[in-house]
Amino acid sequence: MMKCEIILHINGERRSAVIRQADTLLMVIRYLGLTGAKPGCLNGDCGACTVLVNDTPIKSCMMLAIETVGQEITTIEGLRDTAIQRAFVEQFAFQCGYCTPGFVMNAYALTTQKPDADEETIRKWLESNICRCTSYHEIEQAVRSVLAQKKR
Amino acid sequence: MIPFDVAYYRPSTIEEAVQLFSSLEAKGKRPLYYGGGTEFITLARLGRAFADAVIDLKSLPECRILSVTAHELTFGAAVSLTAIEEANSFPLLTKAAREVADRTARNQITLGGNICGRIFYHEAVLPFLLADSRVVIAGKEGINERSIHEVFQQYMHLSPSQFLVQVKVDAAYSNLPHAHTKRRQQGNTGYPLVTVAALKKDGKLRVAFSGVCPFPFRSLEIEERLNRTLPLGARIASVIEALPSPVLDDIEGSAKYRLFVLKHALLDVITALEGES
Repeated sequence: MMKCEIILHINGERRSAVIRQADTLLMVIRYLGLTGAKPGCLNGDCGACTVLVNDTPIKSCMMLAIETVGQEITTIEGLRDTAIQRAFVEQFAFQCGYCTPGFVMNAYALTTQKPDADEETIRKWLESNICRCTSYHEIEQAVRSVLAQKKR
Repeated sequence: MIPFDVAYYRPSTIEEAVQLFSSLEAKGKRPLYYGGGTEFITLARLGRAFADAVIDLKSLPECRILSVTAHELTFGAAVSLTAIEEANSFPLLTKAAREVADRTARNQITLGGNICGRIFYHEAVLPFLLADSRVVIAGKEGINERSIHEVFQQYMHLSPSQFLVQVKVDAAYSNLPHAHTKRRQQGNTGYPLVTVAALKKDGKLRVAFSGVCPFPFRSLEIEERLNRTLPLGARIASVIEALPSPVLDDIEGSAKYRLFVLKHALLDVITALEGES
């Protein structure tokens, strides 16, 4: 089995990992103890594993960890008391919580990068994640509330 | 999890990429050019794709170009569908790209991956077929520019050692009247039952399809039938008779249902463009 050591930049820290080059980013960050990104479908459909790579939402089950060497990775553990996290709590935008980290990462990118997002943009971005508890309405409300705060 | 080992390479020039492919092959390896990686990782996990080395093309400057000049639009093969959507330099391509998968997936899916991959819908190729585009291909023979119609016939005819570098479009196509519709069985992110893309050039309709047959296509015979001076219903019926293969019949939709959807999709697209000059 071919293994190699890589250095990843995750949440502002340098993290070393010994990996197979075929390992996905999701497997490696979870191996490093960052278990917020969740294995769901492992097929790029559900979005539970979403992280940011250079501020762009990425499904970490669909990217090789070795591809991200030299790039900035942000996981849910790297977000602390952000507006979107508070909004998810205030709007009750979850039930079981399994999909929540993925939704929060995607919604964080949306609300920080597209402060003028219209309904179509919100819909297009949120289509990337699936919630089996069907909290979609509350999740959209959380996003809208953060965007509204930014416009004040 | 990919159940086999893969060596990862990230060349920085086209020549290096081609040489890597040759040297790996000479060592008995099975290398594969790699873009966004979504299709390879998906199929490898399921045991439906194999490579023991991947050559990542995302660092090749020529593959990362997204440029507009007065005469020409150039789309690098390693540009993500999201980047194409945000640039919006070819509005019909924007519409086709933003209906592929979902927004987060499109941050990774590259133009080259969508056009050259194994999953047969290749929806991003439709606007390029309609715009008589040119493709730049790299391989052992060097770098060549060819008409997309020579290379894309049902799928991209590339040898394993070749890869798509760029697609080029005459700038005049970016302003032409156009229409695009994608109909799915359900939801907003899945594969199409039927996708129809259309352009109107010199008063004539051009149409290309995905999801109708097990390959995307543009057919000059279909366009000739569509541009006849007959009532719309008769023209659509005539188009159905000229489809290049039996209609897809699979879990996404039966052939009968796809035909029903196709007729309505064509009706909407043609109606949208008939009044355009």
